[in-house]
Amino acid sequence: MFEFEFMRNAFMACTVVGVVAGAVGYFLVLRGETFAGHALAHVGFPGATGAVLIGVSPLLGMVAFTVAAGIGIGLLGEKAHRDVAIGIVLTQALGLGLLFLHFYTTSAGMVTGLLFGSNVLGISLERVWTLVILGAACLVALAAIGRPLLFASLQPELAEAKGTRLELVSILFMVIVALATTEAMQIVGVLLVFALMVAPAATAMHLTRRVQHGIVVSVMLAVVTAWISLTLAFYTDWPTSFWITALGSLAYLASTRIRMRHSR
Amino acid sequence: MTAIVFEKVSLTLGRRRILSSVSFSVPEGLFVGVLGPNGAGKTTLMRAVLGLVTPQSGRIAVLGEAPRRGNRGIGYMPQMRRGAAQLGLSGFELVLGAVGGTRWGWPLATKADKETAWAALERVGAANLARRPIAQLSGGERQRVLIAQALIGEPKLLLLDEPLASLDPVHQRGVVELVRDIARERGIAVLFCAHEINPLLRAVDQVLYLGNGRAAIGPVDDVVNRHVLSDLYRTPIHVARLNGRIFVMAEDGELESHAHDDD
Repeated sequence: MFEFEFMRNAFMACTVVGVVAGAVGYFLVLRGETFAGHALAHVGFPGATGAVLIGVSPLLGMVAFTVAAGIGIGLLGEKAHRDVAIGIVLTQALGLGLLFLHFYTTSAGMVTGLLFGSNVLGISLERVWTLVILGAACLVALAAIGRPLLFASLQPELAEAKGTRLELVSILFMVIVALATTEAMQIVGVLLVFALMVAPAATAMHLTRRVQHGIVVSVMLAVVTAWISLTLAFYTDWPTSFWITALGSLAYLASTRIRMRHSR
Repeated sequence: MTAIVFEKVSLTLGRRRILSSVSFSVPEGLFVGVLGPNGAGKTTLMRAVLGLVTPQSGRIAVLGEAPRRGNRGIGYMPQMRRGAAQLGLSGFELVLGAVGGTRWGWPLATKADKETAWAALERVGAANLARRPIAQLSGGERQRVLIAQALIGEPKLLLLDEPLASLDPVHQRGVVELVRDIARERGIAVLFCAHEINPLLRAVDQVLYLGNGRAAIGPVDDVVNRHVLSDLYRTPIHVARLNGRIFVMAEDGELESHAHDDD
């Protein structure tokens, strides 16, 4: 299957996105902010459709909308009813996306692609390079704030007392999550970002006791899941996103079994 | 050098007045039990010492300087959140995360970081415990790991927020004696928040009672008596002693709840 250029492109895209989603997802799960990640992906929907409406690249629209929403969520901090606020923004985002579509009558194929990510097998080399640059920015930023992020995630009160600026760390991390979800959306679509951002990270957390190991396992799971899914999609002609969700859930289920056996 | 000085300090939390014009001082190396009902302001008082809450009025001095975040002379143990307690990460990872946590960069621990973490864990006898996932530790074991963490950086002042919460009496005694021994050995002043005076009786030099925005500090016998506490709480309080234990009762019931009644 590697004789086809579109498969080589798809594998490259999945590798980049898998590394980013696995690494960022680990911290997302550690902080218990998976819902925020889910919501950020939804905000990408009006970003993309709005961008199409005014004639710019959908990717640009996604980045702009998700980063803005990420800063907003970061500013909310740990306020009460944060989940309600995020949920309302999430619904509003989908509604807005629908409105943009109403003005710009487009093919159902594009909508399906945005929501469920059906376009990875048709991804261009140019788009792959965009993903590489975006992903590299994500990883560099994550590496820069890694230590305070970990401290603030595990023990916020202590971190604050020791001088860590919780709000700054939280906002920076949410911007990183926004970029990472935009990446993941290119493969699995708005609605299924959980499958790449959360499932591998949560599985890794069950299997490891150390942060470094956890991140490595999370990245490996995300990348391998995407690779196997691409291969299965190639031979079965079923959607790649379906395989990613199926494999992600299976791995998570298996890890809960292993964890139960360990803790006995 | 005095560990803590409060001069006519007033503190509010939202609209609620926590302390009004409270003055006291804690000399170097003194073990002080901080007591008072829920909401009396024990945590807020600690956050003021840490520089996280600014007083409305008055002056606070901590180890001879104004309170500021990141003061290396202070070791702090906040109340543990349920979330962190359920993690599959090992206790060592938790402590290691705190050692270099304020530096920017990727969380790869240096050799010095690891040595610092192990040294602190060994001092409290928790080196073996720290290899296990936090979720699998008992309450007492977990507190031991967190006390180790508070000792990092050779602090001169320890602030411990409810380290006895949800521990049985045997483990309560273990934690109190551990803190007392380390504090004596290193000349560390301690503020130890608790719900009940009895587990602390053999360790404290003084007690600090909070209530109604006011504070009373002094040796146990000078503070834990009918006159001082009735005045502090503005309601008749009875203090009874039985078999070396102290029972503090309001007219309408026991004032100090037992630790296991709290959660």
